[in-house]
Amino acid sequence: MSSAIDNKYVIFTLDKEYYGIPIDNVISIEKMLKATRIPNGPKYLKGVINLRGEVIPLIDLRQKLNMSLKEIDKNSRIIVVTNEDIVAGLIVDSSSEVIEIHEEDIDEVPSNENNNLSYIYGIGKTKDRLIILLELSKVLEN
Amino acid sequence: MDLDINQYINIFVEESKEHLQNMNDVLLELEKSPSNHDYINEIFRVAHTLKGMSGTMGFNNMGNLTHYMENVLQAIRNNEIEVSDEIIDLLFECFDALDTSVNHIMDYGLEDSKSYDELINRLNKLLSKERSNIVNSDDKSKINPSQKNIMELEHHLVKVLKKAKSEGLNVFKIDISLRETCMLKAARAFIVFSTLETFGEIIHSHPPVDDIEDEKFDLNFSIMLVTAANESDLLESLSQISELDKIVLTLLDDSIDIIETNNVVAESDEDSSILHEKSTKNEKVTQSNLGKIGKTVRVDIDRLDNLMNLVSELIIIKTRMDDLSGKAAGENMTEAIEYLERITTSLHDAVMKVRMVPIERVFNRFPRLVRDLSKELGKEIDLQMSGEETEVDRTVIDEIGDPLIHLIRNSIDHGIELPKDRLKIGKPERGKLILKSYPDGNNVVIEVEDDGKGIDYKKIVNKALERGLITDNEVESLSIEESINLLFLPGFSTADKVSDLSGRGVGLDVVKSKIESINGSVEVESVKDKGTKFVIRIPLTLAIIQALLIKLSQEIYALPLSSVSEIINISSSDIRDVQGQEIALYRGKTIPILRLKNLLEIPEEDGDEDLVVVVVNKGDKQAGLIVDSLIGQQEIVIKSLGKYLSGIKYLSGATILGNGNISLILDVNSLI
Repeated sequence: MSSAIDNKYVIFTLDKEYYGIPIDNVISIEKMLKATRIPNGPKYLKGVINLRGEVIPLIDLRQKLNMSLKEIDKNSRIIVVTNEDIVAGLIVDSSSEVIEIHEEDIDEVPSNENNNLSYIYGIGKTKDRLIILLELSKVLEN
Repeated sequence: MDLDINQYINIFVEESKEHLQNMNDVLLELEKSPSNHDYINEIFRVAHTLKGMSGTMGFNNMGNLTHYMENVLQAIRNNEIEVSDEIIDLLFECFDALDTSVNHIMDYGLEDSKSYDELINRLNKLLSKERSNIVNSDDKSKINPSQKNIMELEHHLVKVLKKAKSEGLNVFKIDISLRETCMLKAARAFIVFSTLETFGEIIHSHPPVDDIEDEKFDLNFSIMLVTAANESDLLESLSQISELDKIVLTLLDDSIDIIETNNVVAESDEDSSILHEKSTKNEKVTQSNLGKIGKTVRVDIDRLDNLMNLVSELIIIKTRMDDLSGKAAGENMTEAIEYLERITTSLHDAVMKVRMVPIERVFNRFPRLVRDLSKELGKEIDLQMSGEETEVDRTVIDEIGDPLIHLIRNSIDHGIELPKDRLKIGKPERGKLILKSYPDGNNVVIEVEDDGKGIDYKKIVNKALERGLITDNEVESLSIEESINLLFLPGFSTADKVSDLSGRGVGLDVVKSKIESINGSVEVESVKDKGTKFVIRIPLTLAIIQALLIKLSQEIYALPLSSVSEIINISSSDIRDVQGQEIALYRGKTIPILRLKNLLEIPEEDGDEDLVVVVVNKGDKQAGLIVDSLIGQQEIVIKSLGKYLSGIKYLSGATILGNGNISLILDVNSLI
């Protein structure tokens, strides 16, 4: 994945960990919307939502990343992302900020088909925490 | 700066494509009558325009190639070489290279880095070889073709001047200076040109007319005019044009003309040589172009899509208001909503019309295709096209190209026989391929017809048996029509030998599924030894359809009304289970019964005795779909599910209902 414009990332949480997506891949952040179920879809596909007249698939990111499931609550958000012609909404536990991570502060991760690491593009280091940067093209793979 | 160029790339691509299409058409004509120099001139003109355009954009490889094409064409015009098959083939190859190049530019915004040395070498070789064959032209002209042009120009001008004098006409050199405050220099120059043309013929201009059109001149330009009028007449009408600073008229007599022509600068030679032959025509073209610009606008397709989306939104909200007015309506409200409905319908129609493009866009690549294929296969084929002006939605245009190419290949490869075989059975040597298009209600029909050997249905049945696509039992009940339709089964190909063109195992099934994916249908009619006709029927538009909304538990789905044939009530005891497939009797026929809830992963409650069944059809196949209840018929706007969901079965899209909820559109084709 190419580095983000101005090295800015939208930060969100999943199971108490911090994750980041380059800001130029993010279209908007929405509160939970009612989804229409898609029959015969993968389990992590929660359906489609009507986002201002566009029909957009909704992915439960926890389920996609094989993490434990969690009920939707008032902090849950949908991050609408785009990558290579695909637009999709990702359900995350919460999201509130945008931070800057310089390229030299990003460590590579040894990727491996057998673990979840292939979804990860790198680990961003900031003063007080580590941020897992997602490889969107993998997350949006069926 | 980059931004600036990008802004022009679209225009460049659009215009180049138009010119290339023109070149393609003319090349095909030229092949039929190689001695016609009008066609050569036209190709020269196009090559020259492309050279200028690519030069301006900095696409040097294209510019180079067209330059060498020009040289060859120029030599033909001068009768130094004759048009041969070799030359036409080479010109076609150059055309292909240019076409590829333009496509590359369209995709990447940059020119393909490969240069066309190979083609250029062949052009040059042709030039030197043919020249020495036909005329003993001197070596100089081979090495330096541009010098040749100067000679040609001088010669020509002198000839024109002599002729003019012998006919008692005057030749004027007119120098014009525009005022510095002049805003539209090209337009002003155009007025000068058109004014002078009422007097006679413009034989030369400096700078060349193309540059003047593009405003590539400072404030001065000069024109040579052959006219019967005298100096004062010219001066009088020129002086009526505003914003001209200085007008100098010089009558060219014997002493001056040779000097003048020698003064012509080398760089403009080619342009002027076009000018003198084409001047009147060129101007006319410019004129008609100018006239057109006022009436048509080139619009980016994204903007149209956007407009269409907004209209769709409007239709959705209209439907919603319709719902609301049913609940709490005063008389006025109902009236207002009816009015709104009328307006949205007209608006929808209007936007649809804007998106319509003539089917010519697809058809115009076929003459070349037919030419190449028939040449390759040693067949002689006349292509007759009609109804190119039939209009269809732009999205449909994009989809039908490939299926049509496939059908045409099929006809040429498998349908039309070799000339000697045709003669043997008393058919004319040249085969006929007819491509016809016409509107039919809300559909457009496209026919691909050939007068070839037709489809041998027995052969098809045997093949299908061989491939295990049908069983012996089935064969007996097959009608001729049904046998022919076996062609559309996946993995079917009747070609005895696998050729480069078709018969690669992907065949008519691909055509069929592609056409059906845009809600169209394909039929085939064939008579042995007489020919085959494929009839394609496609909807005018894909964006908005009539649908039947159905309910399954709490979920609402949409079925395209075009594939619904009837709604019936049957009792669950009418359904029989035959080897795992449920069937029922419908109008004396057994049709499969599908439980939508099962297919769509909705838990089934204990069944009612009375079932609502929607009978749907795909071609002549039918099936019954069990639903919980019907909601009704509605106009819906089809929204794509996007790339991410493209693999999900049974769904063809989604729509947004009046209340903002999404309803999924079922794909009847994949259900059956």
